[in-house]
Amino acid sequence: MTETPLLDVRNLTIDLPRGADRPHAVQDLTFTLEPGEILCVVGESGSGKSMTAHAVLGLLPKAVKVSSGEIRHQGTNVFSLPERDQRALRGGRIAMIFQEPMTALNPLMRVGDQIDEVLCYHTTLDRAARRARVVELLASVGLPEPDHLRRSYPFRLSGGQRQRVMIAMALAVEPDILIADEPTTALDVTTQKQILELIQDIQAKRRMGVMFITHDFGVVAEIAHRVAVMQRGQIVEIGTAEEVLNRPQHPYTRQLIAAVPHLIEHREDFTRARQPVLTAEKVCKTFHLGGGFFTPGRKVVAGDDLSLTIHQGETVGLVGESGSGKSTLGRSIVGLIKPDSGRILFEGVDLLSLSRPAFRPYRRHVQMVFQDPYASLNPRHTVGDIITQGPVAFGEDRHKALEKAKALLKLVGLDASAAERFPHEFSGGQRQRISIARALALEPKLLIADEPVSALDVSVQAQVLDLLEDLRHRLNLSMLFITHDLRIAAQICDTIAVMQKGRIVEIGPAKEVFGNPQHAYTRTLLDAIPGKGWTIPEDVVPVTRRSSALRTSA
Amino acid sequence: MPRIALFISQRLVKAVFVILAIAVFNFFLVHAAPGDPAAVMAGEAGAADAKFVEQLRQQFGLDRPLYEQLGTYMSKVVQADLGYSYRQQRPVFDLLMDRLPVTLSLTLTAFVLALLGGIALGTLAAMRAGTWSDTAITVVGLTAYATPIFWIGLMLILLFSVNLGWLPAFGTESIGAGYTGWDAFLDRARHLVLPVTTLGLFYMAVYTRLTRASILEVRDMDFVKTARAKGLPEWRIVSVHILRNAILPVITVAGFQAGHLIGGSILIETVFALPGIGRLAFEAVLQRDYQVLLGIFLLTSVVVVVFNLLTDLIYSLVDPRIEVAP
Repeated sequence: MTETPLLDVRNLTIDLPRGADRPHAVQDLTFTLEPGEILCVVGESGSGKSMTAHAVLGLLPKAVKVSSGEIRHQGTNVFSLPERDQRALRGGRIAMIFQEPMTALNPLMRVGDQIDEVLCYHTTLDRAARRARVVELLASVGLPEPDHLRRSYPFRLSGGQRQRVMIAMALAVEPDILIADEPTTALDVTTQKQILELIQDIQAKRRMGVMFITHDFGVVAEIAHRVAVMQRGQIVEIGTAEEVLNRPQHPYTRQLIAAVPHLIEHREDFTRARQPVLTAEKVCKTFHLGGGFFTPGRKVVAGDDLSLTIHQGETVGLVGESGSGKSTLGRSIVGLIKPDSGRILFEGVDLLSLSRPAFRPYRRHVQMVFQDPYASLNPRHTVGDIITQGPVAFGEDRHKALEKAKALLKLVGLDASAAERFPHEFSGGQRQRISIARALALEPKLLIADEPVSALDVSVQAQVLDLLEDLRHRLNLSMLFITHDLRIAAQICDTIAVMQKGRIVEIGPAKEVFGNPQHAYTRTLLDAIPGKGWTIPEDVVPVTRRSSALRTSA
Repeated sequence: MPRIALFISQRLVKAVFVILAIAVFNFFLVHAAPGDPAAVMAGEAGAADAKFVEQLRQQFGLDRPLYEQLGTYMSKVVQADLGYSYRQQRPVFDLLMDRLPVTLSLTLTAFVLALLGGIALGTLAAMRAGTWSDTAITVVGLTAYATPIFWIGLMLILLFSVNLGWLPAFGTESIGAGYTGWDAFLDRARHLVLPVTTLGLFYMAVYTRLTRASILEVRDMDFVKTARAKGLPEWRIVSVHILRNAILPVITVAGFQAGHLIGGSILIETVFALPGIGRLAFEAVLQRDYQVLLGIFLLTSVVVVVFNLLTDLIYSLVDPRIEVAP
């Protein structure tokens, strides 16, 4: 360790603008990144992980200023360089990939041209050489038909393919440092696995230093050499992966690790003696995209012969990758989508055969909690309005409904005064609690939860899951839990249905599906879960999930 | 390219039906106004003799039932014959062609300058949001938009023609100067400066605000961050990555406004005494000159249809996600 580190961050402090919730985005940060090393930076959103990464690249927003400290790249202080040299560093020596592959590429530019841009500004290659390099790069990240693909626009590519393009772009001029800001968070498990392998592979080949930002300890266990844990702008613990993962010292680290969902956990077996609440029989749905009067469009089969039963008090997990048709089934049950054929029986009544007015009374019995708590609450309405609108529409007295809303807010662990406030005043986890209260206001018998925690931080995730678990026991709710995260499904569901390309390929009790998967696809999914090789250390074994105590902070 | 050709041909076929339908609608609209050309002409002649009016009506065919008049009109329109203005004693088509160059040279120039200037100023303002230059641009834009257009015209005349004497105040050319070739062109251009500025300022204010708002929305998006992380120079980020993504709403409004290129300059033509289509329309309304009015309406609708088609084509050029679907 006598050579100068690739990246040497010393006493870095970044000020937040006045009026923010704390004075510094990061405070007195010191760490190094060596060549050939993957440093994972872990922490919840708002802990300053991304801010640090942006500071290294000089991409901080205008309102945010570095107030002290320095960032040295191979010995040179980045901040002392003129803008021209900083630009050369950016994209040239230090490259970055972002979380959202769907929005991180310019939608109006061919992907090849976007990579070409980097070469154009950082190298002296001529046009033909650059084109050859673009094709070579696309091939090196495992994209098919690179010569054809380079002429595609981003919207033609899948999320995984776009992230590969981003990586190809980052690697264009062979940087020393790759900063990856949650690069796999928005991807499916199987795609995540491929991308992680790709990053590891490239990193090992080129001896790059990788700063990998994530909130997922599974991913950390999979790839990290060293780990830094951040909380409220400070590094609370830093060390080798083995140390931090297996012998966490700081209470915050232990808390984060304890919140990680575990794959196989004992849960009491569900007895099937009870009443079925909802039965879906042979539901089919095909979407037709594009096309006109004469030209046939593309067909997407989102539901093919889907059958499943949800019993009273049972939680059925619907797992699968994006595009597998999970949400289509959920939406069909709520009545937001009309399937092409099949029956959906709610307490013996076929919902699909009902006319709109006849269907209306059933709407209150089946309620939905959506994925994105930031988009699913009307920002112009108070929380009280949002919760009472449903009951009022069903004829309840406004005053009584408001009283009930306040009781519900308390039930989901918020203060009753929240009813007078607006959604933007709440954090993501709190908003999801509001969404749940809204769904419960109608006293539904069945709750459809469509990825209710995938937009939340791990520890908040655990709290919301606890809440759902607690509510279903108290209110004897049935639940259809749609998720792409098998660890979460394992934790909360009694029955698991695995979906692939619009079909349910395997269905059975959670224990059996996870313990002894029958279908090859289920095995692929299980195999793709990051951090399988790592077991959470005994002494931080999580707070009992099934405790009925309700935690009130989110 | 065959896809585009198919798209254009299908749209053109549709356009023919749209324009015919508009022609029928216009016909009834014009006849819904009280009075007719015969009454106006008789009134102006001072001989409001019932017999004379009746004779005029017969001569113009106004005594026929409405559906018969419509039939005659439509059969002429189909043959691209816009009719004859008895009032002006000339074919309507010739009248329009006389006036069209004046109006188009005014409105098209103003439109193009406003579009370019508006996008440039809007971009500048957005990239410097919150600074004095942003405030200055916004204030000037807002003032130009809020001030009545004829008042701006009059003030410009007062300043540049009356007080400073730099530019001519009205007309399209210096009468009796006998310029030829290049000089004639320059003379016409000088006459256009004030009207174009007046009209352009108004349009430009709209584009400036629109571009600014649109860019503010786009400039914080993820792909802009990606472009920064690539180490591109600022001008490249703005022009290639931000502006192109922000331009669609501007194109929408520009396409919409382009439809007004024919009829939208009545005030300017009046203030600057320009013999354009706007003035022609205004006079035709007063005189109940049905044929001329119908001709102008038809021309306007053709222009609107053509610009809609152009807008759709430009959309698909700017944004590959928008496909031209017949």
